[in-house]
Amino acid sequence: MESVGAARPAGRPGDREFIDAIVGHAPAQAERQAERQADETEKIAAASDLAGASVSYLPVAAGRNEPEVEELVDEARRSDVDEWGRSEHMRSIVRRLYDPMYRYWFRVEWEGLEKIPTEGGALLIANHAGAIPSDAPAIMHGIETELGRPVYGMADYFFRTLPGIGTMWSRSGGVPAHPDNAYRILHDQQQLALVFPEGTKATSKTYADRYRLRRFGRGGFVEIAMRAGVPIIPIAVVGAEESMPILFRMNGVAKALKLPYFPVTVNSLLLGPLGYVTYLPAKFKLRVLDPITFDVEPGLERYSKSRVMDEAERIRAIMQDTLHDMLRERRSVWFG
Amino acid sequence: MGRRVLITGLDTFWGGRMAQALEAKSDVEMILGLGTKEPRVPLERTEFVRSDQKYSILSRIVRATQVDTIVHTFLETNSIAVPSRVLHEINVIGTLNLLAAAGASGTSVRKVIVKSSTHVYGAAAQDPAWFREEDSRTGPVRTKLERSLLEVEALVRDFADDNPHLAVTVLRFANVLGTDIVTPISHNLRRRLLPCIAGFDPLVQFVEEDDVVRALEFATSHRVPGVFNVAGEGKLPWSEVASIGGAHLLPLPPVRPRLFAAPLQRLGGVRFPPEMEGLVTYGRGVDTNALRAAGFEYRYTSAGAVNSFARANNLRRTTGNTSPAYRYEQDVEQFFRHSPTVVRGIDS
Repeated sequence: MESVGAARPAGRPGDREFIDAIVGHAPAQAERQAERQADETEKIAAASDLAGASVSYLPVAAGRNEPEVEELVDEARRSDVDEWGRSEHMRSIVRRLYDPMYRYWFRVEWEGLEKIPTEGGALLIANHAGAIPSDAPAIMHGIETELGRPVYGMADYFFRTLPGIGTMWSRSGGVPAHPDNAYRILHDQQQLALVFPEGTKATSKTYADRYRLRRFGRGGFVEIAMRAGVPIIPIAVVGAEESMPILFRMNGVAKALKLPYFPVTVNSLLLGPLGYVTYLPAKFKLRVLDPITFDVEPGLERYSKSRVMDEAERIRAIMQDTLHDMLRERRSVWFG
Repeated sequence: MGRRVLITGLDTFWGGRMAQALEAKSDVEMILGLGTKEPRVPLERTEFVRSDQKYSILSRIVRATQVDTIVHTFLETNSIAVPSRVLHEINVIGTLNLLAAAGASGTSVRKVIVKSSTHVYGAAAQDPAWFREEDSRTGPVRTKLERSLLEVEALVRDFADDNPHLAVTVLRFANVLGTDIVTPISHNLRRRLLPCIAGFDPLVQFVEEDDVVRALEFATSHRVPGVFNVAGEGKLPWSEVASIGGAHLLPLPPVRPRLFAAPLQRLGGVRFPPEMEGLVTYGRGVDTNALRAAGFEYRYTSAGAVNSFARANNLRRTTGNTSPAYRYEQDVEQFFRHSPTVVRGIDS
């Protein structure tokens, strides 16, 4: 707790804002911060001027990048919160706050970003890591700034149950992972959805198991992509594991606090409670793999379970190989 | 022969509005309204029968009038309007008796329409963003209202199974707002104080009261058996409901909010029925594609419904009541309905 200042490089936003940007939410003080930062690199947020932003989510001035797919001309609306709870206005604030983190802390480097389509639905999947995962915000930020299209990050409904955090999570593009939600985003609205097939099994694993992919759920993500008729685009992430490595888990504490898991991380040993809102500056490298399409008829209620499991296992193998490949090339955890 | 329609709850908001809507249809030959009290809206040709929901009376009425369509609007969806015993009597026992009467042997009934509510889906964290009609709720049943509506729907489902030749339509309406309807939400908005749960700003749907009546009318004039969700397009955050409705948010703690709402409710300022807790924590969304596919067209979006309320409310705030209070006078109403000297269809 005493060593707070030591581990904080100059020019970084305060810790509170810091973690909020990471986990994908911006608190009220975020706006004050946003006013100070004049970051011109935003592509999506070009339309929205934050100078006069108040606490509520003001509509983005009829932005051409309006994330709402259904052309709903609804003059009664007062905010730009879409039917998933995402607000492009809030996203643009989060992006401004998170951008320095993305560029100078994690120094995110993409490879094969052009494989992500600029239009049409696609299911992005990635390996998942870090006690409080740092990969989702990096992927969403990268795609939104580079491709200028929204990404819906699907995660456990647990987030919804957290007061404040849940709302911010939703406003900044988080959607509860439910097959029907994914289908609607991918098929009906032709948007990008990001899922982590391993789920919390990956984020709760200890440092000793880093870069070892867990079971890919029950292959639900394959079935959704088949039904929606969209490609799966795997993204291999290197760096997230080292940004908040878990030493061990305290199951009793997790149970008492009703959390999915309670990790003791390297960060928390170094910084105390602040460790849960601070990442280590690991170098992030993201590699987009070739899109995977399935020659099955879309729109079916059910698909052959063996086919689904085969595909899930195949994708898992490809991602695991890619991760090994990337780790072979990596010389340093901190410098890539 | 034109359609012969029986409406339950003629003295309630929906029964009255439904009867007015059907009076405008020339192919509706006869409209019969059941109610425990006198109707509160002016009606031109609707017959009013004061009756409780006893089976023996209902079956005699159905047989004597040879109705072919029953519109069951008399279901209570606001649990603080009536004590829970009465809620059960009205919803479950009332429906039970009505369906028994409608399904009696040699019945003339061909169509039954039931006005249910999306409360049957509940509201929980693990819910899908959009419930389809065939989806079941994810969380346990927590409130008396939800339990009672689920019981009603179970009765209706059994009835539909037992009477396959009948077209049984269940319409599940989202929360209603509009120019006239009084609900706990509209009450709060009128008082400019909308309770919310601190830290939660869920997405909600609304349906405008005119769309409710139009959907009920749609089901009487078309043959659309099955269950249908009815809600305006789109969703909006709870905070935006307050902002469009011109109210302030009143944050209640996330833990046991009803405990804190109770004294406020006692003082009369705020209405916070148990079924509202889930709604303002996790919100609710229903998929409305099925009814759209059947041919129904909405006039209002969800935000449009809130706006419709807000506009009417602005007018009320300036000029008092929007519509002059209607006083039911038995003799005059009888005269309007039955006297041959009344030229019908000119003025209502």
